[in-house]
Amino acid sequence: MCRAQPFHSCRGLLVENRSLIQRLIARPEFGPFVLLVVEIAVFWGFNHDFLSPQNISNTLAFTVELGLIALAMTLLMTSGEFDLSVGSLFGFSPVLMWTLFNSGLTSLEVGFVAALLVAAFIGLVNGWFVTQLKIPSFLVTLGMLLVVRGTALFVTDGFPQRTWSAEGSWLAEALVGDFFIGPFRIYMSLFWFIAAAIALGYVLTQSRTGNWIQAAGGNPSAARARGVNVSGVKIGLFVLSSVMASLAGVISSLRTSAANPNSGTGYELEVIAMVVIGGTALTGGRGTIIGTVLGILILRVMRNGIVLIGVPGLAYNIFIGAIILGMMALHSWLERRHQAGT
Amino acid sequence: MAEPLIRMQNIRKSYGRVQALEDANFHVNEREIVGLLGDNGAGKSTLIKVLSGAVPLTSGDIFIRGKRVNLRSTSDAIAQGIETIYQDSALVTQLSIARNLFLGREPIKPPRFLNRMDQDAMNVVARDLLKQVGISKNIPPTTPIGSLSGGERQAVAIARAMHFDSDLIILDEPTNNLGVAETQGVLSFVRNARDSGHSCIFIAHNIHHVFQVVDRIVVMRRGKVVADDIDPKKTSVAEVERIITGMSDKEIRDAIADGKPSH
Repeated sequence: MCRAQPFHSCRGLLVENRSLIQRLIARPEFGPFVLLVVEIAVFWGFNHDFLSPQNISNTLAFTVELGLIALAMTLLMTSGEFDLSVGSLFGFSPVLMWTLFNSGLTSLEVGFVAALLVAAFIGLVNGWFVTQLKIPSFLVTLGMLLVVRGTALFVTDGFPQRTWSAEGSWLAEALVGDFFIGPFRIYMSLFWFIAAAIALGYVLTQSRTGNWIQAAGGNPSAARARGVNVSGVKIGLFVLSSVMASLAGVISSLRTSAANPNSGTGYELEVIAMVVIGGTALTGGRGTIIGTVLGILILRVMRNGIVLIGVPGLAYNIFIGAIILGMMALHSWLERRHQAGT
Repeated sequence: MAEPLIRMQNIRKSYGRVQALEDANFHVNEREIVGLLGDNGAGKSTLIKVLSGAVPLTSGDIFIRGKRVNLRSTSDAIAQGIETIYQDSALVTQLSIARNLFLGREPIKPPRFLNRMDQDAMNVVARDLLKQVGISKNIPPTTPIGSLSGGERQAVAIARAMHFDSDLIILDEPTNNLGVAETQGVLSFVRNARDSGHSCIFIAHNIHHVFQVVDRIVVMRRGKVVADDIDPKKTSVAEVERIITGMSDKEIRDAIADGKPSH
């Protein structure tokens, strides 16, 4: 049948007939999912406390803070760009909020909004440099990293800011209020993370904007030729990335009652690692929120687990590096299979 | 005489001191496939870029059905019904066939504020279009472009131009790097497009492909249109080659005797 139609591809038929399991395995999220399950099983095997309610609660609390940044970074990287300034904004935004509050200029809530607006402006500047001056995002956001981190250090003389106990403030309650579900201590930030994951997953896979984001990363000139505002899409995503980093910084600061101008150092690379481990292409065009959620969990579980089973915490990066290399090898293999249409 | 679909008049385009187009005159009639031929550097690409809004012209006028238009960008040209299909740059390989077909004009499911693509509707139309353009119905519209062959990709790009009612589809080297069967496929897509009321400009280095599909041949040389009414049914390939190279019969015979190809 197929042989009788040389021009007509038989590949489509094969794709439709492929079994559910094969399709599942071919998904970019499958590798990270297996890795996460193996990781949890191994750590639990070594130390049953790993799955104790207290350990799960602790791991989740910090996981979602970095996770918020990784979700936004997924969309940005799908559009073919990335943002190295997120770690510095994570440190800068709470410093700005508390400085405004401590100086009596604004209430905590207004300080929070001001911090988000400044972050949005920084994202706008990043986006403008990248899209209008055509400078690679690596260089633009590296420069911005130094500007923002430098500002945070300069404003505070390098010292942590005095933080009031924010208890009682509705903002703190809404962002980091905690409660118990059975033995699990849950922070409100977990719900913000879940909401953000659902919203951004929806945007990427279901909405028209998601199609534009993928096209902007996959083939910007083709997207432009179809009337897609590629620059607008990218600028919007730089703003989103900055605002999410700022929000994550504020959440972390409220939860720990600390605002250190140095906090968030190195987070940009950890976040990018989370995103690529999950299966989003560094070169753009393809991204997955589910994969990123898995990537976030893989790295945070690793950090928590190796300490728990007694490996020195300083060895953490060895494992992270090995995971990145291993997952990249897997993704590139899957990609080649995908291109070959098998 | 009826006004042609596209008329380009006295088109000049210079890049610094280099004169890429010198008073070029060109037209395409309704429901017509025009083959645009010329040696490297003859000005074909520049003429097409001007018409597709990719580069601004230095002077001259472009008319669509007698109405003067200003094509400042590729989106301008698309809005005017001129669609250009470059070999590799027209599609996003990571996206599915359906998502590529509707890129930039995705139908939205109500309620509109959710900005949700109507993927079912997109798939239905895509399946129908693939059939219409002559491609196998076995390829699901959710297949990513990256796993299609070169000919199938051309088919998707042509299908998109047809669906969005482009009056003129410009095909730049659509048969490059394609096998014999795939080339025949692409040529039949082009004929189908003409038969359903679209005009095409067909540019190819392989003059035999051009002869198989076009209604009229236009030849450019050194930035000018030197012949614009060649009937492929009444003219031989050798004659057209002579016009392309600008050599006289004797010059061509001499070149062949010297062992050099005539083009």
